[in-house]
Amino acid sequence: MTRNLKQALFSALLVWAVAYPVLGLKLTIVGINLEVHGTSNATLITIAVCSVLMFLRVLFDRQISSAWRSSPNMPLIPAKASNFLTLPTTQRWIIIALIAGALVWPFFGSRGAVDIATLVLIYVMLGLGLNIVVGLAGLLDLGYVGFYAVGAYSYALLSHYFGLSFWICLPIAGLMAATFGFLLGFPVLRLRGDYLAIVTLGFGEIIRLFLRNLTDITGGPNGISNIEKPTFFGLTFERKAAEGMQTFHEYFGLEYNSINKVIFLYLVALLLALAALFVINRLLRMPLGRAWEALREDEIACRALGLNPTIIKLSAFTLGASFAGFAGSFFAARQGLVTPESFTFIESAIILAIVVLGGMGSQLGVILAAIVMILLPEMMREFSEYRMLMFGALMVLMMIWRPQGLLPMQRPHMELRK
Amino acid sequence: MSREILKVENLSMRFGGLLAVNGVALTVKEKQVVALIGPNGAGKTTVFNCLTGFYKPSGGSILLDGEPIQGLPGHKIALKGVVRTFQNVRLFKDMTAVENLLIAQHRHLNTNFLSGLFKTPSFRKSEREAMDFAEYWLEKVNLKEFANRTAGTLAYGQQRRLEIARCMMTRPRILMLDEPAAGLNPKETEDLKALISVLREEHNVTVLLIEHDMKLVMSISDHIVVINQGTPLANGTPEQIRDNPEVIKAYLGEA
Repeated sequence: MTRNLKQALFSALLVWAVAYPVLGLKLTIVGINLEVHGTSNATLITIAVCSVLMFLRVLFDRQISSAWRSSPNMPLIPAKASNFLTLPTTQRWIIIALIAGALVWPFFGSRGAVDIATLVLIYVMLGLGLNIVVGLAGLLDLGYVGFYAVGAYSYALLSHYFGLSFWICLPIAGLMAATFGFLLGFPVLRLRGDYLAIVTLGFGEIIRLFLRNLTDITGGPNGISNIEKPTFFGLTFERKAAEGMQTFHEYFGLEYNSINKVIFLYLVALLLALAALFVINRLLRMPLGRAWEALREDEIACRALGLNPTIIKLSAFTLGASFAGFAGSFFAARQGLVTPESFTFIESAIILAIVVLGGMGSQLGVILAAIVMILLPEMMREFSEYRMLMFGALMVLMMIWRPQGLLPMQRPHMELRK
Repeated sequence: MSREILKVENLSMRFGGLLAVNGVALTVKEKQVVALIGPNGAGKTTVFNCLTGFYKPSGGSILLDGEPIQGLPGHKIALKGVVRTFQNVRLFKDMTAVENLLIAQHRHLNTNFLSGLFKTPSFRKSEREAMDFAEYWLEKVNLKEFANRTAGTLAYGQQRRLEIARCMMTRPRILMLDEPAAGLNPKETEDLKALISVLREEHNVTVLLIEHDMKLVMSISDHIVVINQGTPLANGTPEQIRDNPEVIKAYLGEA
């Protein structure tokens, strides 16, 4: 009991030690000086209540956990429902419903909603791409954002210097990213697990710093601005067309409305995301996809059967990177501006979080996780200071309650028909 | 009679100061069953690992049809038709039995990215043929009813048989079995014996096996190689080995 009491006291103090400096002290500007003031009593009371709760929680730890155990073990979702939800066929129907929803979305949602949905779709694309590398092939890649940057800068540079259009640059950007994936993968893929993670992490940073310091070409930290938006078969969505071009609203005899541009961008993103979804869906049922999973399960057995592990891993890495390239070039087109700051490590972390949160290997999971991860911060703008805190808390809770992800998928098995 | 398919000379493998295999020689003729026996820790599996490219031998030569293969990476040796099973079964446990067999056919399949993407007729055909071939072998090893079960849920003896079927998917010339009868009951051992002779008679496979079950070894082998503490002790026909005093000493100790 005394040991419990000691621990409980210590935990309560810890709550104060962590919460007070963060929440209880405020910097205010008085004249030209900064002064430290205490905050309102309400905050202090909240902290006090929390610390008391923590004290009780630790003090009665044994009683609580035994009560928890004696109560019938109720999982959050009943096993049957969870099994039903993870079946590939169920998930396919949910995905189809989501696609139908996504198609009508722009015509009912507000401008802001469509804009955020576009952002979500970019992350869906990135998540699906990284899912190939991490979820299917089991290679932990922490520098995925590097390929995203390659794609974005490919389009930005080609458009800026050569005036090439989005639709020509899109495949080029994908190819460029794939090439980088291939070049990086070649020396790196003989490494395993943690080592691979660290090297890819370094690679992602190298690309960003490279772009940042190549001031003559990439504009350094200022990046490249005024990147052209995608066109609809040569029709732009601007109010006034550049020379030799026609605008969308003139061609169709419509009133100019800036929302058209937003909707068009959204539809392009949707198209790209659907293409990614289709390709990955097929890959799962192709020899290559099977080989990725086999390699993840047992590399030695694969070698004994004549599968070349290097080539197979490299193909996962390259394909994953090319999806990031497509997403990147679309990102550049949508923003109209690329700077190295868009491609920091935290982006990689968010994309990886989407994959892990969604459930490794599950496409529906990735889509849902992308929606959650992008929408939550947008909806909770007021709490933006605590974004990283919530991000961390979400991850911890997920790993405790659903380490397999929000909606893992049972693999679609090839079956022998009888 | 038939020609030599595998010839190993003076093979040695050194791990730091430990000489695990020293001067082992082996000659395997086509369609023979050759057994590699010896007490625990004699270096039998190390020899297998050298032959299949999992270790790079420190010395000696391995000739497959007269072509040196020592030091090649494992997957290249497997592509040349030397395929092995493992002492502790290594199946892809989360995949179904039939998927295990499909993966082993990887290089015989249409792996073209675009044809797979759009399910071209040639892609469908290659997938269907792979399925048929897998079905054929599942039937051979008596596992057809378990085709759609995940491999990890199969009984031990079934897993062993599935592993052999998986090797057959690669259309091997030499099949190397590392203790195929370990953990099998007498009935299953009999089935294994029958399976090995089918492989040899009907599918022209040469078999090299490591085994501790002497009854099995003596009854199916054409030739036996005994190694002890990494060095070759004896080799000859089952009768010669049975009566060899050196071998008896190594197995049973000094009388």
